[in-house]
Amino acid sequence: MSSADAGTILSLQGVIKRFGGLTAVDQVSFDVPKGEVFALIGPNGAGKTTLFNCITGMFAPTAGAVVFEGHDIAGTKPHKTAQLGIARTFQNIRLFEYMTALDNVKVGCHVRMRAQLWDSLFHTPLFHHEEREVAERAMAQLQFVGIEKRADDFARNLAYGQQRRLEIARALATEPHLLLLDEPAAGFTPQEKVELMALVQKIIDKGITVFLIEHDMRVVMEASQRIAVLDHGEKIAEGTPNEVRNNQRVIEAYLGKSA
Amino acid sequence: MDVVRENSRNPNAIAYAVLLVGALIFPELMFFLGGDSNDFLVSLAADGGVFVLMAIGLNVVVGFAGLLDLGYAAFFAIGSYTYGMLASQQLIGSPLHTALHVPFWIALFVGLFIAAAAGALLGAPTLRLRGDYLAIVTLGFGEIVPRFFKNPHLNAWTSSVNGISALDVPTLPAWITGPWAGTDLAIEQNFRFVSFNYTAWYVLIVLLIILSVLAVNNLQRSRLGRAWMAVREDETAAAAMGVNTVTIKLLAFAIGASVSGFAGAFYGAKLSLVSPDQFTFIVSITILSMVVLGGMGNIPGAIIGAIVLYAVLYYFLPAAPQAVSGWVQAIGLGSLNNVTPNWPGLAEFVHRLQFIMFGLILVGTMLLRPQGLLPSRLRAQELKRGVHDEPVTSAAAPV
Repeated sequence: MSSADAGTILSLQGVIKRFGGLTAVDQVSFDVPKGEVFALIGPNGAGKTTLFNCITGMFAPTAGAVVFEGHDIAGTKPHKTAQLGIARTFQNIRLFEYMTALDNVKVGCHVRMRAQLWDSLFHTPLFHHEEREVAERAMAQLQFVGIEKRADDFARNLAYGQQRRLEIARALATEPHLLLLDEPAAGFTPQEKVELMALVQKIIDKGITVFLIEHDMRVVMEASQRIAVLDHGEKIAEGTPNEVRNNQRVIEAYLGKSA
Repeated sequence: MDVVRENSRNPNAIAYAVLLVGALIFPELMFFLGGDSNDFLVSLAADGGVFVLMAIGLNVVVGFAGLLDLGYAAFFAIGSYTYGMLASQQLIGSPLHTALHVPFWIALFVGLFIAAAAGALLGAPTLRLRGDYLAIVTLGFGEIVPRFFKNPHLNAWTSSVNGISALDVPTLPAWITGPWAGTDLAIEQNFRFVSFNYTAWYVLIVLLIILSVLAVNNLQRSRLGRAWMAVREDETAAAAMGVNTVTIKLLAFAIGASVSGFAGAFYGAKLSLVSPDQFTFIVSITILSMVVLGGMGNIPGAIIGAIVLYAVLYYFLPAAPQAVSGWVQAIGLGSLNNVTPNWPGLAEFVHRLQFIMFGLILVGTMLLRPQGLLPSRLRAQELKRGVHDEPVTSAAAPV
């Protein structure tokens, strides 16, 4: 709570997550600056997704503070963190497969809707007004990520790249301040990666901070302003892409110790 | 006319239209075909309506929210007992010392709210369980509730194993009896809730079903309905999108239960009896079969499933032994009807086969139409494509 300065949207302070005897995240601290792209990299099993889960409330951290916009949200339930303004996508796509693309995004709007049980039951004027508004907003999100033509198709029938985009649209529909992307470029062709980076830039232009996990170094180096590196649950480096690229420990973590 | 054209290809709209017309002409048709002797069929249809109501309610829990509930009859029991206690002489022997004769129309909604509260009460501690585990707990709940009402220590309240009898019949308010009573406007001569003319009961249950369909349909097409679907599809993702999964599931349980509270109060009033034996596990399973057979997640599907299964269970199967022995008599094989030491007679034989036939009908339908008689668009898709058809191969292997 000490670092509530205006430039930081998310601050991790000594976050630890243990599963039984296994320490998945060990004393990790860093600040995510507002309005930039921050990347988290590291070898498989380094604890990146676990850290995401600690931030979004899927797991409560064993110790440490997760300070979002000046409030410690460690241990807050996922639907609450979404309400506070943290949205996420998943490493292995988790769409509502048998709902249309549009309905997927509408579920994202859920958290910003005001209709109560009463309104839903009797379809009050508030309900009709809000449903119209949500349909427009959801459609706008689909347009934003460029898949509006698939609005009425089941999510599972979308092409792989479109599914990744739909996940982003759904997350954006929650009107987040901070967007967590878990390996958004996984399985993408070089062309798709370029398009994804353009999309990330558009999201930044909207004033939303992007915090991403990514394996593809080109994407990470080009898209992000700051990078933190995780290995075996520990933060081993943090800095600008250039600093990280030349960091000895990072090179060792990825390529092994050189002779 | 536009409405007709727009919906002429929508199976649900057609189903609703057919169901509504069918419900309207059914009693007239029965009267036309068999006069007063067919009144028992109208009564049977009214009883079937109770199951239709419950199928609508269970469809909310199982079809919309994807929570497997194997003890749904418990809420039916709670609705019935609520009405039994509120609208009979029963409570005179209880510590209250007064018989509450709450009018049916009020007790109906009291039953609804009590059943909903019971749904929430059961849900609160158990909804952290998923899938099979939830099913086991609800199964237990379904067994506990009738046993609770059977408890001899509660004799003053529930009459234990005897159940509560002589429940009040609904009465129409005075201002409504006017036109029905007059000779000119008498559409139906004895439009009263009496034990020898069941048309009024039939009309009442149809109205209750329409009311429930409207309510549940509205809920399905709302923020809440979408959240139910999302929770069913992927609970983790739904939570990450800001859906409070606990509240949403509780609401599914409570709303599903409330519909069977309706059904319970009506059933108690019509039968004028509530007894713990009416709410066995087989009732829960029958309702679940109705929902699955009709098409999970689709309201008209659940209704059709309930009607079909009810007709099979309570009309065709009981009538089968007589009918079959009649046929063989007619084609000259009457000797099959004779009882010998090794042969119980054809009628008895068919009677003993009832459950096998019921099982065969269920299995056969599920083989021919695994998605149900009238599935939702979604469920039809789910079963048509069992495997992923999008190129996921490249998704999992970034180094």
